Amino acid sequence: MTAIGWLQIILFCIIIVALAKPLGWYMTRVFNGERTFLSPVLRPIEAGIYWISGVDEKREQHWLTYTVAMLLFHVGGFLVIYGVMRLQAVLPFNPAGQGAVAEDLSFNTAISFITNTNWQNYGGESTLSYLVQMVGLTHQNFLSAATGIALAVALIRGFSRASVRTVGNFWVDVTRCTLYVLLPICAVYTLFLISQGMPQTLGDYVEATTLEGAKQTIAVGPVASQVAIKMLGTNGGGFFNANAAHPFENPTALSNFVQMLSIFALGAALTNVFGRTVGNQRQGWAILAVMGVLFLAGVAVTYWAEANGTSTLQTLGLTGGNMEGKEVRFGIVASSLFAVITTAASCGAVNAMHDSFTALGGMIPLINMQLGEIIVGGVGAGLYGMLLFVVLAIFVAGLMVGRTPEYVGKKIEAREVKMAMLAILVLPLMYLGWTAVGVVYPPAVASMANAGPHGFTEVLYAFTSATGNNGSAFAGLTGNTLFYNLTLASAMFVGRFFMIIPAMAIAGSLAAKKSIPPSAGTFPTTGGLFVGLVVGVILIIGGLTFFPALALGPIVEHLAMNAANVF
Amino acid sequence: MLREIRPAIVLLLVLTAITGLAYPLAMTGIAGAIFPAKAQGSLIEKDGKVVGSALIGQEFKDEKYFHGRPSATLAPDPNDSTKTVSAPYNAANSGGSNLGPTSKALADRLKEDVDRLKAENPNAAVPVDLVTTSASGLDPDISPEAAQFQVPRVAKVRNMPEAAVNQLVVSNTEGRLLGLLGEPHVNVLALNLALDRAAAK
Repeated sequence: MTAIGWLQIILFCIIIVALAKPLGWYMTRVFNGERTFLSPVLRPIEAGIYWISGVDEKREQHWLTYTVAMLLFHVGGFLVIYGVMRLQAVLPFNPAGQGAVAEDLSFNTAISFITNTNWQNYGGESTLSYLVQMVGLTHQNFLSAATGIALAVALIRGFSRASVRTVGNFWVDVTRCTLYVLLPICAVYTLFLISQGMPQTLGDYVEATTLEGAKQTIAVGPVASQVAIKMLGTNGGGFFNANAAHPFENPTALSNFVQMLSIFALGAALTNVFGRTVGNQRQGWAILAVMGVLFLAGVAVTYWAEANGTSTLQTLGLTGGNMEGKEVRFGIVASSLFAVITTAASCGAVNAMHDSFTALGGMIPLINMQLGEIIVGGVGAGLYGMLLFVVLAIFVAGLMVGRTPEYVGKKIEAREVKMAMLAILVLPLMYLGWTAVGVVYPPAVASMANAGPHGFTEVLYAFTSATGNNGSAFAGLTGNTLFYNLTLASAMFVGRFFMIIPAMAIAGSLAAKKSIPPSAGTFPTTGGLFVGLVVGVILIIGGLTFFPALALGPIVEHLAMNAANVF
Repeated sequence: MLREIRPAIVLLLVLTAITGLAYPLAMTGIAGAIFPAKAQGSLIEKDGKVVGSALIGQEFKDEKYFHGRPSATLAPDPNDSTKTVSAPYNAANSGGSNLGPTSKALADRLKEDVDRLKAENPNAAVPVDLVTTSASGLDPDISPEAAQFQVPRVAKVRNMPEAAVNQLVVSNTEGRLLGLLGEPHVNVLALNLALDRAAAK
């Protein structure tokens, strides 16, 4: 670890905190339907969209209607992606002549993109046409991100409103998020990325003759426009197989730094939206503080482990850290930081191969996802995931003093706690359950790339990533098989919707409650005690659920590595 | 609930058209106008022919060139399309080795490469990036130490003074952005092109 490395990390944190307030201010205005500086241009388009699709923007929805609308929207999105993948051979924008994508792979990818997971069983440049990249993937990157944010906003409304039956209008929230938040930022961001060297072309793959006279086919495409939303919307599905490690998908140290910022930007700003909407920005800062504590602890461990390297490297006298599966222009610190960010958020883009990380360095991304990606988290999903833990923490605090717990003026009662527990328990059921199947079912075992405990970690990582809708991988695992295409899709589906539906049920039940003014007995939820309590609840619940699985994977591998065992 | 079906279909189609077609196509148009070379992939031409991309590494085996990092990229086996074969720097199928920290295959490969490099230049420590594969398999860069390590070999094969080759390495080294972001690196293709130009003089 070096001072200059830590400076990069600190600079990153400062910028994220500095961005949270102005972005939060802007997004609050957008979701309240107030005027913004973009309204003169975008308002007519927005009104036109409502007119043509028959949306009455004044009509709000009950939480159940809101949820059904969201589900219908996803059914449509699924059909679009599945359709263009199966038909890509006969559709335009296919200069490389890619054939139809197989049924199970199309199914997996369609589920993967509507759930904001963007797990890559597809190979990008070797599998997909430009049309699929644009109409299938880029469009769903926008819409799954907009959906996540809309749901978080609906939950925030649940906390802030009193004695009403509605939580907003799904169609309006999605449209506003896409038009006013995602598209304008992406347009500017795309141009920045191209200025760094990212291709944006519909032309053919380039045939080059290298200096030594060999042939090299260089895949290009409309990369920048997709990468912008892939990062901003915490989607993470790569244009290329190697994702953000590919020099075209992340050309410079600056493009890398800005990509890291854009993963966290909206998620961090949503904590500010929460604070503003419930009438006290400090409530938002307290949540961001909980996230910050967990984040910095993770960064420190991964950075330390990767800078230390492996015993294999040390025995051979190789210094400079674990560079297997990392790019020179990023080095140890930017690769470690990226890995923690992408798994803390549910992004899943990678600029280094997590499979080749040291045992402990790779364990932190795993833990980040197993905690439910609540450290900033996926756009929207991170905030509603965190609020579920807040509900539990408040409940625990209430038990300790024997008083009905309350949070931002709302009584937290049996229904909310049950729903929060349901969402939190369903996740380990998926990733632990499927991992158990994956390590005994012979065709699944054959997919492991590494032997020993590392092979187990590959399987655990895959199902954790899918359940958490992250999408990063220990990519040695051969995921494009019938077993993994189907089981991972089920994990992604359950991980997304069995979290969303309970969260929306909480939103509905909170919105219907009366608001009670704080009294002398109210537990203050803006201070250090609250932050410590939430961190504690997250670590205890998380730790009890998945520590045994970690002991079988990365922990035993770390011990084996120190004893110079190889498999 | 039934009245949610129309927006589910129409709004989806409208937003698909905006975000999936209008946005990427508009960006492609603008990019072609403002950054034509970069939008096409930063291609490098020599004598009218494309020799590669400034951002994409390529394989160098010849002793007169600086070598890049090992690459773990694959290509379909020409004899059996269900299998893959090693194809270093395959820019149509990026990827890493994905070998873990306790992998025997990795340990064996590292040992072999370290021994080979030690024989080539016994006077310097082997730089770690010169024996590890990159994440993309297309890393265009090596560390300044990895370039320095190869200076004696290149100078000897080309009959050039080491100081002159060293000078080229230094002038092709890019430092951290603002002295802070990223790591110092040397673009191997750019360095080798500079080397060829210097030799031609």
